[in-house]
Amino acid sequence: MQVLISIVSLGVFCLLAEIFNLRKLLVPITVIGLLAILGISLNLWSTDNSLDTQFSSMIATTKFSSAFSTLFILLTIFLIAMSDDFYKDHQAKFSDFIAIKLFLLTGAIAMVSFTNLAMFFLGIEVLSISVYILAASERLDVKSNEAGMKYFLLGSFASGLILFGICLVYGATGYFDMGEIYDLSQGVGLPVWYPIGVALIIIGMLFKIAAAPFHFWAPDVYEGSPTLTTATMSTLVKVAAIATLYKLVSGFSVVLSLKVENIIVVISILSMTIGNIMALRQKNVKRMLAFSGISHAGFMLMAFLNIATAANNLLYYTFAYALAGISAFAVIIMVTKNKDNENIDNFNGLGKANPLMAAVLTASLLSMAGIPIFSGFFAKFMLFSDTMKVGYIIVVIAGVINSIISIGYYFKLVLAMYTKDFDNNEYKPTNYYTYGVVAVLSIVINIVIGIYPSLVTQLLK
Amino acid sequence: MGNILNEIGIENYIFLSVLLFCIGVFGVLYRRNAIIVFMSIEIMLNAVNLLFVAFSTYHQDAEGQVFVFFSMAVAAAEVAVGLAILVSVFRNLGSIDIDNLKNLKG
Repeated sequence: MQVLISIVSLGVFCLLAEIFNLRKLLVPITVIGLLAILGISLNLWSTDNSLDTQFSSMIATTKFSSAFSTLFILLTIFLIAMSDDFYKDHQAKFSDFIAIKLFLLTGAIAMVSFTNLAMFFLGIEVLSISVYILAASERLDVKSNEAGMKYFLLGSFASGLILFGICLVYGATGYFDMGEIYDLSQGVGLPVWYPIGVALIIIGMLFKIAAAPFHFWAPDVYEGSPTLTTATMSTLVKVAAIATLYKLVSGFSVVLSLKVENIIVVISILSMTIGNIMALRQKNVKRMLAFSGISHAGFMLMAFLNIATAANNLLYYTFAYALAGISAFAVIIMVTKNKDNENIDNFNGLGKANPLMAAVLTASLLSMAGIPIFSGFFAKFMLFSDTMKVGYIIVVIAGVINSIISIGYYFKLVLAMYTKDFDNNEYKPTNYYTYGVVAVLSIVINIVIGIYPSLVTQLLK
Repeated sequence: MGNILNEIGIENYIFLSVLLFCIGVFGVLYRRNAIIVFMSIEIMLNAVNLLFVAFSTYHQDAEGQVFVFFSMAVAAAEVAVGLAILVSVFRNLGSIDIDNLKNLKG
């Protein structure tokens, strides 16, 4: 709760900074503030399972929530550091963008630490409304308008489903408190509304993480939004939604009968396959990464089959995926700045023009594809071996085949960087050093947790 | 209040809410005018609010009614953002037909 309150105060401070003309100092102050909050969050680690009774058990700081909050704060620090240059042309709205990003972080943290469905609903809405604004923030650009509108319509549709689900769960049990619901769901004799409600909530969450039958909005929205917003959506928002889905599935004690597990198997395989096969024929890098995100959602859903080890595997996978995503998007923002599209041709000859950035982008794509020494490999390895233990070999086979397919489109970008020459002579290798620092830092963290996986896997022990 | 609920039966409240919710869902799926789509989303949310209040009386518990205030506030914030996006779409395209939004494909 302390973490949540301090982030909200930082957000309000950003809005006030506009009045006092602190625009130049805003990014350093926010980054330092977030680092301090990261310190608070790590300091609270020892006080595990302490229900904050003074907040009528709305929210609880557990190891699970602290671990994911740490990841979210880290990602937000990177995203805010990049906004300094990205919003240079929007000086008048600069502090608003920073504040919205902080409020988005609040929503994400509320989503992983809720103990009451009211807090869950507020968290997911605070997160989604902030992202609607960010997606449509380029208001003179028709593409950004379209992305914002599509995301808004699908997002509020999903919110309606989630709200209806919460209502039916409340009707069946009479409580919003997750503890009470968990106790009641162990017994028998709950009305039929309860499973319907749980199913509606889970369908709504599958919309938010863009898993296969509910993925159709993702490519359009990712392509149309400003690139920094795409980075936010594909890392922070996706990771927050998948962590919440885990918390809900374990909290409702969804009886993992054969039927439910078969549904997870189908959704997981479908997401992986559709994502990867559609990504093969994309020319736009943002759109390609959107489909790659759909396939990663499929991989992450695989973790739910072995619910005992799911928290650990999800945490490691999300760390690996989100950090690789941040560094890839930092390079993409840098390369496609002042270009009117994000096609792969823009990356031609980057290997000669800016070897460091080309190396970082290659490294992050290899991590997403799952090549050893990068943490993406160990994430997939742990996931596959734990899924194998519960006997779902067919999902593991599909996962391995999909990893091989994914190398195909990741290498399309790598080949463009190293084997092709510049298309036009106007190409100027830009040197915006914040992007470089963010990209290098996040890929270094990615490699470090790849070499020492216990750094992350021990967080939940 | 309790007596009325007993006479009518909680099932009928659920049927009414599901009906309203489905009207909203089909409105979102089939109407092409963005404002009507927004209204349909509002119908979905308000159907749920109605059911919350009914369940709140059914369980003799005030929490459900408090939740309605939360969901109304959230719905208002959501529509405010949605209308802002709608205004910028109208300025750029000169129409609010969501069929015109098809620049992004692939």
